[in-house]
Amino acid sequence: MSLEPSEDILSIAAHWRAAGEDVAIATVTETWGSSPRPAGSRMAVTASGKLAGSVSGGCIEGAVADAALATIASGTPQLLDFGVTNERAWEVGLACGGKVKVFVERLS
Amino acid sequence: MTPALIAALAEARAAARPVVLATSLPDGRQCLLPDPAADAALNAAAAAVLDADRAETRAIGGASWFLAPQNPPLRLIVVGAVHIAQALVPFAAATGFAVTIVDPRNAFATDARFPDTTLIGDWPDEAMRALAPDGRSAVVTLTHDPKLDDPALDHALRSQAFYIGALGSRKTHAARLRRLAELGHDAAALARIRGPVGLDIGAVSAPEIALSIIAELVAARRGAALGRLDGKQAA
Repeated sequence: MSLEPSEDILSIAAHWRAAGEDVAIATVTETWGSSPRPAGSRMAVTASGKLAGSVSGGCIEGAVADAALATIASGTPQLLDFGVTNERAWEVGLACGGKVKVFVERLS
Repeated sequence: MTPALIAALAEARAAARPVVLATSLPDGRQCLLPDPAADAALNAAAAAVLDADRAETRAIGGASWFLAPQNPPLRLIVVGAVHIAQALVPFAAATGFAVTIVDPRNAFATDARFPDTTLIGDWPDEAMRALAPDGRSAVVTLTHDPKLDDPALDHALRSQAFYIGALGSRKTHAARLRRLAELGHDAAALARIRGPVGLDIGAVSAPEIALSIIAELVAARRGAALGRLDGKQAA
C-alpha cells in the first residue's frame, strides 16, 4: 500500500520514538504566496540529528531543526513564522517570496 | 503528538477510513475527527477539508485549528500486466496511488514481474465489478486487446472514476470508440476517455510513456490547466 509522503513522516517519527529517540514533528500549517511545500507538509527531527521530510525547499529546515531541539528540551510547542527574506541579507527566510507558518511539537 | 495518535492514524489508513488530525494552535491540543463528542463546527470543518483534500488552518469558535485530512489512498486500476504497467507502478506508488493490476493472462500477471503490487487474475468485467471504481479512482487500459480493454472501459464509463485512459494509436482509439458507442455510451461519456493516453512529451520508452500517463493523472487530480509553468508557448 502506498503512502502519501506527508503521512509517512509520522510513521518514521513513531518508529524513531519507539527506538528510544527524542523526536519533534514540524508541520506547515499555513502558506502565503509561492511557498514550496503545501500546508500539511511535515518534517521529523531527533535530538540525535536524524531528519526526515521537509517544510520548505530547504530554506528554513535548519532554523526549524533548531526550534525542534528547543521544543524537545522544553516540551513546549512553538508556532513559527517565516517571511520574505531580503536576497542579500543572511537572515533565515524564503527567497521565493512566500511566507509560511510552521508548528513544532514534541512527540511524547 | 503521541505515538497512540499516530497509531490511530495508521489504523484509519489501513481501514480506508477518512479522518482529520485536528491541532489547536498554538497549544498543540489534538484530536481525530469526525468525533461525535467534538464541537459540531469542528466536525463540519473536518468534513470540508476531507472533501477538498487539503490541509488548512481555520478559526473555529474563537480558536485557531489546523486541520490535516487523511483520505484513503487514490486508486489506480491498470488493465494489462504489460511492460508499461511495470514502469507505471513505481511512479504511481511515489505519487500516492494504490495500484491494482488486472490481467487474466497468467504469463503476464506474475509476482515476479509485479512485486508488492495487488494482482487480479480475473477477466476485466468481473474484476471491475468487484473493484467498483469511485471518484478517487483512475482506470488505465494497456492491453491493446479489445476483449480485455473494452469491458474495463465500459465499466469505467459507468463509474465516477476521475480519470480513464486507454493506450493505443489514434486509429485504434477511433475503432474502440465506435465499439463502445455500440454498447450505449454517448459522445459526452466517450470524451471522458483519454486516448491515446498520456501527455504529449514525445515519450518513446516504456518509462517515458509511464511518466506521460502519470503526469496526465496528476494534472487531472489537481485540476491543472496544462501548459508550461513559465507561460511561454511550446516552440
